[in-house]
Amino acid sequence: MPERRVVITGIGLISALGSNKEAHTRALFDGTVGIDRITVFDPSGFPSQVGGQAPTMKMNKLVPKAQRKSVKLMSRDIELAVIAADDAMKDAGLNTRANNPDGPIDIDPIRSGITIGAGAICCDIAELAAAAEYGKAEGVFSLKKWGSEGMSHLTPLWLLKYLPNMLSCHVSIIYDLQGPSNSITCAEASGLLAINEARNHIAQGKADVMVAGGAENKVNAMSLLRQCTQNRASTHYNDNPKEASRPFDKKADGNVVAQGAGIVILEDMERAKRRGATIYAEITGAGASNTLCDDYIAPNAEAVGMTVAMTKALKQANLKPDEIDLLIPHGLAVPEHDQAEFNAIKKTFGDHTVNLPILLTKSRMGNCGAGSSAIDLVIAALVMHTGKIPGNMNCSDPIGDGTLNIPGPQGLDKNINHLMTSCYSYGGQTAAMVLSKV
Amino acid sequence: MTKRVVITGMGIVSPLGCDVETVWKRLLNCECAVSKTEIFDSETFPTQFSAQVTDFDFLEYLPEDVHDAHKSASRNTRFMLGAAMQAWQQAKLPCPLGGAKGSSGSEVQCPSADRVGVYLGAGEGPVDFGPFIAATTEAWQPESNEIDWVKWAQIALEQMDPAKELEQEPNMPVAHIARLFGLLGPTMSCLTACAASTQAIGEATELIRNGQADIIITGGAHSMIHPLGVTGFNRLTALSTRNDDPQTSSRPFDKERDGFVLAEGAGALILEDLDSAKKRGVPILAEVIGYGTTADAFRVTDQHEDGRGGTAAVRMALADAGLAPSDIDYISAHGTGTSENDSIETRIIHNVFGDIAGDIPVSSVKSMLGHLIAAAGVVEMITCVLAVRDKIVPPTTNLTTPDPDCDLDYVPNAPRKVPVHIAMSNSFGFGGQNNTVIIREFSE
Repeated sequence: MPERRVVITGIGLISALGSNKEAHTRALFDGTVGIDRITVFDPSGFPSQVGGQAPTMKMNKLVPKAQRKSVKLMSRDIELAVIAADDAMKDAGLNTRANNPDGPIDIDPIRSGITIGAGAICCDIAELAAAAEYGKAEGVFSLKKWGSEGMSHLTPLWLLKYLPNMLSCHVSIIYDLQGPSNSITCAEASGLLAINEARNHIAQGKADVMVAGGAENKVNAMSLLRQCTQNRASTHYNDNPKEASRPFDKKADGNVVAQGAGIVILEDMERAKRRGATIYAEITGAGASNTLCDDYIAPNAEAVGMTVAMTKALKQANLKPDEIDLLIPHGLAVPEHDQAEFNAIKKTFGDHTVNLPILLTKSRMGNCGAGSSAIDLVIAALVMHTGKIPGNMNCSDPIGDGTLNIPGPQGLDKNINHLMTSCYSYGGQTAAMVLSKV
Repeated sequence: MTKRVVITGMGIVSPLGCDVETVWKRLLNCECAVSKTEIFDSETFPTQFSAQVTDFDFLEYLPEDVHDAHKSASRNTRFMLGAAMQAWQQAKLPCPLGGAKGSSGSEVQCPSADRVGVYLGAGEGPVDFGPFIAATTEAWQPESNEIDWVKWAQIALEQMDPAKELEQEPNMPVAHIARLFGLLGPTMSCLTACAASTQAIGEATELIRNGQADIIITGGAHSMIHPLGVTGFNRLTALSTRNDDPQTSSRPFDKERDGFVLAEGAGALILEDLDSAKKRGVPILAEVIGYGTTADAFRVTDQHEDGRGGTAAVRMALADAGLAPSDIDYISAHGTGTSENDSIETRIIHNVFGDIAGDIPVSSVKSMLGHLIAAAGVVEMITCVLAVRDKIVPPTTNLTTPDPDCDLDYVPNAPRKVPVHIAMSNSFGFGGQNNTVIIREFSE
């Protein structure tokens, strides 16, 4: 069987820029930066105190009646995935058991699947601490007391809130997706890797519709602590949060933790055309590799794995570097990472680099972890669809000795036939994807 | 044309031993790995036993010149490195690829690094419990029912070790493996609870079939034998609490079963495009011929009562392999020993195999090894390869009281000689993700 062509027919988003596609479209083009001082907990004790907090939603209203009981099992990471999936499903205009429980539905459950990227979900520390109070003996935590008394103060289903596969599971239940189901855990690369795996399922005929993307809540004490102790978090802009996330800027000093999710609805192109769906773009190429970083955090200076992923994606799309009209790189805003990524871009795109417009999304919403590369792909689809590239903020003095083409805050009108998004994780996983206009 | 995918290397780190042949011998000997939990003090926990890896030093498996690069690895990653190195050596691959450094001299042609990938179904590392619980309990303000975050941050910044925190991330096993072997092909990790490493094997197979890589090291590692892991499963009442007799606590398909037994470890497989394996002239252990992946889409708390998703996964794998149910000679069950799983899994096998369900030997090595969670599937897949090789199937031990809801041939309490040519392994994850992989004895 020849490979089927796979297209994006629905997109959904939540981040510090808003809780749906419409809000993002507005915010991206009016120059909004969603980053602020963290308010979900008091960040004063941390070296980095800024974050990209997404709006909270009334989950009881968002989740169909039949699944409402499961809302209390949704940690914030799960909520983000459910919200973005809801946005994407509505955008795709597909009837499912969620919006049409008693009427006809547009998907065959067994031919519809899901692949979502997720991070390690941090448990609710206050919830654990309240139970641990009963695990104290003479004022100090004791495992013996915890076993005999403390743990019984945790809700029986406690663990289920924090398993990374629960993002996929909750969403599959809401829409009755009984086909292929996976949960990718490759940190920031998760979203693109998940979307590519979902695309392959459709291309190979194993599914007709896939819900794919990524979600993570990094605005929690554990994530922030890890970012701080690994010297990756921005610390010099606590009094000026809007300027904290500065990808590819010489004054960048680290990334900003954030909450967010990006979900795409993928369909077999023939099916999408038959039903008259809005087609944002076709996925024409993808590649994945590894940067083999020495400390499991920073990509080495040559960033071989990024170049390999981008080159593979171009090759699979059967495109030359100068046919790419826009690049959305990872752009983390950690200086040595940005420098490594710049080296990889130059190596991949050569002379075309100066002509290749770059969009750096993390200046707006921060680093949404496993959601980040999925969000970038959703924004890529949106940009391709509108023919407008949103502006770059906080990048007035870019790295790259003048070889990088980073449009300013005013953005750029440009017809885009092919674009690329690219990402890497702190563990070294890399991925790149090419979208083409149908 | 779709490429054929074969297995050219295997490795295990488990509570029954840290190499494939030892584990296999002990499984066929009906030995049980379950004992009192020594990793932490669980004396007052509802469950006080588990299946733990002992006598394992991961550095012994690694070339000396890379010890520094991996010394901070967490428990699960250490297991993964040990299992991976066994598989890598069996497949006669140089470490690292390209051979710039490293000592395992290879006589076979070295594949290009960008054609060699890794796809694991690996769990997160155990929480560094001491500092975490210290910060959490000391910062709690019982009067106002809230955390003093400034205090929490102060204790955490003082006590938490940056390397240990990093190594808990679920993508660290895959990061270490990629670095150890110098892999530039697709690098992926999935975590679909108890189905993860079976899913990784299946998805890795797809990547090779579709020409995205020639070789992929796959499998998984996990250790949830830590205070919060056991707490989580105990609160779910998923674990056996047979504290007076741990050796008989893991009782898949037995009427007296009362939950699964937590285990830890890792398994690794080298999957390879058949042409690549032939070109390199390495022995072929088996061929992967079918993969199914589905979701129950029912409830996050329970499996679908008719085994809807599991049934579909088994059928999908059979269709993918182009097989009829009667072609299957042996089923390695998920067989956890929980009341729900074992009866529903039995129903799934009835759904798919109909009249012949009772004729197919079905067994659960979890009766001896316990449940390795994310790593369970790959270890069970390795036992399938060995069953095909040796024409013998491992038993389900502790099966003494028949359950009317579990009415298949579970190979009770003793291994059995069976002419196994094709074997199937099933894994079902918490939350409803189901995976099935089918392997066949290799022939041209």
